[in-house]
Amino acid sequence: MQPIISISGLSKTYSPDFVALRHLDLEIRRGEILALLGPNGAGKTTLISIVCGIVNPSSGTVTVDGHDIISDYRAARSMIGLVPQELTTDAFETVWATVSHSRGLFGLRPNPAHIEKVLRDLTLWDKRDSKIMQLSGGMKRRVMIAKALSHEPQILFLDEPTAGVDVELRKDMWAMVRRLRSSGVTIILTTHYIAEAEEMADRIGVIHKGELVLVEEKAELMRKLGSKQLILELPDRLDAIPADLAAYQLSLSGDGTAMTYTYDAQGERTGISALLQDLARSGIQFKDLQTTQSSLEEIFVDLVRDGQ
Amino acid sequence: MNFEAIKAIYRFEMARTFRTPLQSIISPVISTSLYFIVFGAAIGSRITEIEGVSYGAFIVPGLIMLMILTQSVSNGSFGIFFPKFLGTIYELLSAPVSYLEIIIGYVGAAATKSLILGVLVLATAGFFVPLRVDHPVWMLLFLVLTAVTFSLVGFIIGILAKGMEQLQTVPLLIITPLTFLGGTFYSLSVLPPFWHAVSLFNPVVYLISGFRWSFYGIADVNVAVSLGMTIAFLLACLVIVAWIFRTGYRLKA
Ligand SMILES: Nc1ncnc2c1ncn2[C@@H]1O[C@H](COP(=O)(O)OP(=O)(O)OP(=O)(O)O)[C@@H](O)[C@H]1O
Ligand SMILES: [Mg+2]
Repeated sequence: MQPIISISGLSKTYSPDFVALRHLDLEIRRGEILALLGPNGAGKTTLISIVCGIVNPSSGTVTVDGHDIISDYRAARSMIGLVPQELTTDAFETVWATVSHSRGLFGLRPNPAHIEKVLRDLTLWDKRDSKIMQLSGGMKRRVMIAKALSHEPQILFLDEPTAGVDVELRKDMWAMVRRLRSSGVTIILTTHYIAEAEEMADRIGVIHKGELVLVEEKAELMRKLGSKQLILELPDRLDAIPADLAAYQLSLSGDGTAMTYTYDAQGERTGISALLQDLARSGIQFKDLQTTQSSLEEIFVDLVRDGQ
Repeated sequence: MNFEAIKAIYRFEMARTFRTPLQSIISPVISTSLYFIVFGAAIGSRITEIEGVSYGAFIVPGLIMLMILTQSVSNGSFGIFFPKFLGTIYELLSAPVSYLEIIIGYVGAAATKSLILGVLVLATAGFFVPLRVDHPVWMLLFLVLTAVTFSLVGFIIGILAKGMEQLQTVPLLIITPLTFLGGTFYSLSVLPPFWHAVSLFNPVVYLISGFRWSFYGIADVNVAVSLGMTIAFLLACLVIVAWIFRTGYRLKA
């Protein structure tokens, strides 16, 4: 299936010469939830802002459902709802007025029934006649989500939607995201909480220093997550893994004094006892052993460290 | 054309105006009317008529222009500066609206408000000085052109302004002197030749002269020239704003 958003060779240099995105390629699939992770300043917001038309790209192309975001911006932008990272709302407008205004900006005729549904879904209905400045921070964030949903977008960008949000709202928000997804909306969110990405996303992308260092199915990542390593420290240096151990997933450290066996901890058989027997048969001794398990957190930290 | 978006922007801006009627409507009407009382009724009677028009009546067109200019500039600039300042402009930039639609929405609303004020002040002036309008269609034409042009000037200032201070001082430093020196209170013919020539570089002179002609049939410059200059000024503003939008200057990183 054709991706709903195709980003290719996208670069952004902020004046005078700060490179925020470097030649980034990414395809976003129709109907998925994609979580973008990355440290502060990685370029997540820049990427979203370019797709939504708020920042000019320096080079590269982006198409939304086949529509170029620059030459065919009307068609592209009509499909997108954006909830930006910063809480920026009007102050003196009522909730109802500001959400209806957003719908108008996107070229749609007034539809009070739809606005009512959005406000009810976000438990803002009771506040519809309140001025925005009278709302709490969490409610303002709901208003921003309501504005983004007012024009029935097929793609929703949520830039750190859960920053500064209490548990209750966070749960509501995830429930809403799931509902939207089941109605066919593609959702791209950024977060600093890996657990959140794990819970919500279909795919996870990691951006670091303006580059997409990884993008993978969550299931695949979790499989990696489920794998464990058995590290054997060897008293005698080995030059290579002996041929009769080739059946095992083994790797040798650079100096030849440690051997790592990777196995699936969740599998029925880990193969550890067989390996140990085979090691003894080959005459390989070890002076210590330990097992480690990588978490998404570690994968993430490794990736980010490697990038430096 | 995204008409819904134009409507949305226009409504939003008009709602902003009518939310604070005291500040946006009553106060400009009162402050302009004070001029009529002072110059029209109190001092005006001691100043000689200018080309057969009493001084109080003579200054009415200029004062209306003065108010339309300052109000258009301040409305036009605040309308776009505020979203930029608050950050809410993200929504406008991410919406499927063209620059032309944005301009029609914001400038249209700012100009509408100025026109409402212009009509109110005109009506008020009628209480204090004997008014007469020889060419009502021309009067309306000048009123609309001026309101639109200077709302556009305001819009440009609103986009370019880096902060509140610039937003307020630029109009004060440029627009106010231009209007006061533009012949609101005097006829250019009283000036020495040198200053008369200098005045002709002031675009406001043409607006006031043309506008006054539509009232009393007296003018500092030919009315066709006035109209031409007004339209030229409007076009110049359109070129500038088109350039700003084409490059995304000060709107998009
Ligand atoms: N308007 C701008 N002008 C200059 N530099 C900018 C601008 N916007 C962002 N940057 C820089 O670009 C880099 C990427 O910023 P961006 O906001 O995209 O990061 P991010 O991944 O969203 O970070 P965070 O997790 O903190 O939100 C940062 O170093 C930032 O300082
Ligand atoms: Mg960000």
